[in-house]
Amino acid sequence: MNTPVVSMDVRHVGGGVAVVDITGDVTATCEQPLMAAYEEASTGGTNRLVLNFTGLEYMNSTGIGMLVTLLVRANRQKQQLSAYGLTEHYRQIFELTRLDEAISIFDDESSALGHAGAS
Amino acid sequence: MTIDPEQAIPLEQIELSVHEAASPAEPGKARDAAFWAPNVTRLTVDADRAAAGFNVAGKRVTGPQQGFGRLWQRTYTVKLGSSVSPQQLITEWKDHFGDFWPKGNRFHGLLITPGEVAPIAVNTGAGMKLSTGVLVLYADDESFTFMTPQGHMFAGWITFSGFADGAGTTAQIQVLIRPNDPIYELGWFVMRRMEDRFWKATMVNVAAHVGVPNAVVEEHTNLVDKHRIWRNAGNVWHNAAIRSVLHLLSAPIRRIRRGRAH
Repeated sequence: MNTPVVSMDVRHVGGGVAVVDITGDVTATCEQPLMAAYEEASTGGTNRLVLNFTGLEYMNSTGIGMLVTLLVRANRQKQQLSAYGLTEHYRQIFELTRLDEAISIFDDESSALGHAGAS
Repeated sequence: MTIDPEQAIPLEQIELSVHEAASPAEPGKARDAAFWAPNVTRLTVDADRAAAGFNVAGKRVTGPQQGFGRLWQRTYTVKLGSSVSPQQLITEWKDHFGDFWPKGNRFHGLLITPGEVAPIAVNTGAGMKLSTGVLVLYADDESFTFMTPQGHMFAGWITFSGFADGAGTTAQIQVLIRPNDPIYELGWFVMRRMEDRFWKATMVNVAAHVGVPNAVVEEHTNLVDKHRIWRNAGNVWHNAAIRSVLHLLSAPIRRIRRGRAH
């Protein structure tokens, strides 16, 4: 099994909002770290999850698939999912795969948190 | 098409093609930039494949969240041992993709490069071909992914990959899909069996091609989301099965019109 080249750090920023800082490669190897980060982010009555992609370096189609799985889990828990920090390239991928219709995308953290009602 | 294991390509004749992964990314570009399809709103089909792509041209792609039915992740794997590396496997799979399909089905793709739109004709077993297609969403040297258009049986994507573990190379097909509309959802259990037959036969052919005859294909199914997305029930408007039947029935009218035009 390949070692994940990704790190996922969770910040609880108050108001039921958690930010997951994703740094590195989002591929098949990051399934466990992503789901562990989701579990950690979901503690304490979190109802809004914000994914920070500022440190995203590489993503393949399996990575996009994992985001769908994450989205389904969040929807099941009635949690809202949003994202920020996507470069133009990754924003285009979100549009192409139509993930942007299910995950709200923002330019930066303050906009994302503002939308999430935590700022 | 069934491939005779006797005709399997000797490993020494399998050449690694030049892949984007081997080249460093251009400065300022993401490392994966060359692997993804360009963003498109609606699909276009080449003029020489337009006749086969009548159910694809002008359609939007559909991800898992644009479908209707329950969300399934299905994985088919076959162990190939040391007969081939993951990169060699994917090179061969891309080069002969449609040849590995079971008889009676047709893949109108050419090179399996990101952004290519490939019409397909699927044998429904009811004396009718269902015409739909795929977009090559992603392709690198160890995997490639198709995304489906409106009207396809499934909304989502299908990834073909090769990976190495302690036992050698494994070929994998993984689909993440929802039936696209209520009619397809009703037919899920029939379609599921069809999918099993189709992809298992495909993988046996792939394995034989790289020198592994009589391969055993394993299948694993995971229900990711048991909820249906009712707001997408209107997808039935694009249903490719219905439109394929209508296209077939209207063939005489099209012939008459073409005759008058000449």
